Amino acid sequence: MSVEIVSDLMRDYIYRLASGGQRTDGRALDEPRKLVIEKGLITTAEGSARVHLGKTEVLVGVKMATGEPYPDTPNTGVLSTSVELIPMASPTFEAGPPRPDAIELARVVDRGIRESKMVNVGRLCITPKEKVWVMFIDIHVLDYDGNLFDAASYGAVAALASTVVPAKAQGVGEDFPLPVEHWPVSVTVAKIKDLLLVDPSLDEERMARARLTATTDENGDIRAMQKGLSGSFSYDEVKRVIETSQKVGRGIRPLLQS
Amino acid sequence: MEDIEHIPKELKLIDENGVRLDGRRFDELRPIRIEAGVLGRADGSAYVEWGGNKVLAAVYGPREAHPRHLQDPARALVQCRYNMAPFSVSDRKRPGPDRRSVEISKVISEAFSSVIFKEQFPRTSVDIFIEVLQADAGTRCAGLTAAAVAIADAGVPMKDLVTSCASGKIGGVVCLDLNKDEDNFGEADCPMAIVPRTGEIVLLQMDGHLTYDEFQKAMGLSIDAAKRIYDLQRDALRRRYSTTVDEILREAAAAPAPSPAPAEVAFDSQLDDLGREGSP
Repeated sequence: MSVEIVSDLMRDYIYRLASGGQRTDGRALDEPRKLVIEKGLITTAEGSARVHLGKTEVLVGVKMATGEPYPDTPNTGVLSTSVELIPMASPTFEAGPPRPDAIELARVVDRGIRESKMVNVGRLCITPKEKVWVMFIDIHVLDYDGNLFDAASYGAVAALASTVVPAKAQGVGEDFPLPVEHWPVSVTVAKIKDLLLVDPSLDEERMARARLTATTDENGDIRAMQKGLSGSFSYDEVKRVIETSQKVGRGIRPLLQS
Repeated sequence: MEDIEHIPKELKLIDENGVRLDGRRFDELRPIRIEAGVLGRADGSAYVEWGGNKVLAAVYGPREAHPRHLQDPARALVQCRYNMAPFSVSDRKRPGPDRRSVEISKVISEAFSSVIFKEQFPRTSVDIFIEVLQADAGTRCAGLTAAAVAIADAGVPMKDLVTSCASGKIGGVVCLDLNKDEDNFGEADCPMAIVPRTGEIVLLQMDGHLTYDEFQKAMGLSIDAAKRIYDLQRDALRRRYSTTVDEILREAAAAPAPSPAPAEVAFDSQLDDLGREGSP
């Protein structure tokens, strides 16, 4: 996310390869890196998942707490998402309060989950207007090798899917799995000159002038989008990104569900 | 948008005849008024009224970037601070940046980064300040539209103005420019910003639920509306600077030895020079 220099030699190499439809790690332009998800590693959390997207590694924990609902949604549970870009994950991350990068990342992941209605928040009400379940999604980036948007989103979705609501401990009934109803998949595309690359690696991401994340559901409908970086997309490119997102999403969704 | 259940049953956002709560059709914008050069100290400024939105934008710079370690030896920084006044919404907003405004500030500065000729001003910063005085949904679009005019008013060279607009979905119908109620109770919102002359999309966000078809409809509405808003932006700049030309002509007429005033002032050529007018 922070600016680090990519040598001209590497830039030329990446672009030249990509112009011929290839990438430095052997992928096609519309091919994401290998995704490995392990659920339930953290027993102190109500749900958790560790995600490897290529060499990017993210650990997500879900903590469930009871709290007050928002006044305008008195009967629904609350979702809260935050990201920590801890200094161990990259030489470019610094300790301290979350910077705009981390805030944007958390909000885009949150948007995909919220707008897809992944979790039926209507079933997370304990006492209307007084007490509901609050889902705290905490995304810990452990190793940064590009495309945190998708890695964090997959981690959050997988962690939620593994979450058991600790109702018994709170004295409000029996424990139950979080009511998951939809499966949003975030797919991010980086634009390098005129080329669109799915799931950018670190070098690709640093070269990119623009980035577009589209989150689609199991029907291929769009639930969230976010354009980033200082470049631009033509409308045709935006449409291509969405079509790619739908296609790549279909391949990734089973991995999140399993 | 997270909770649909509590929508009052009688609240129908769009009726059988395709008329919305405020009487608009699906492809109609709210009334927009833009004024350039409204503040004294700022290098450039603009004020936008857009439906119930009242938004001020001010631009300082290019000026020395602070803190110094942020300086880029090759180009100017483009920094934006989007802020909502505590009284701009019905429940008082706690002053200062929250996560939403940090995100909006970030995407707006990125949008302008792609049009400002940053390489002409190394080590400097172009600081854009957007204050939402009264909010009625679509504040980032109104703010961005105002900021573009303010940047031009400051004389900061750029490729073109940036024009912003949102479309969304209410009651199953894709509509342009949602107001507060429509945004709260609607099904989707998709703000975008475009460089009108090149068609480059420099800001794009979406939340809610749109099929691919609906998304294309929404973008079509926004792109079309952006052309109309672009005209209003240019008109605001023209008004701002044509006053100055009038004054010059009046002064010339009042001078003791009047030189023949040009028969016609070519406003377009004046506009081309705008980029240099207030240049620091």
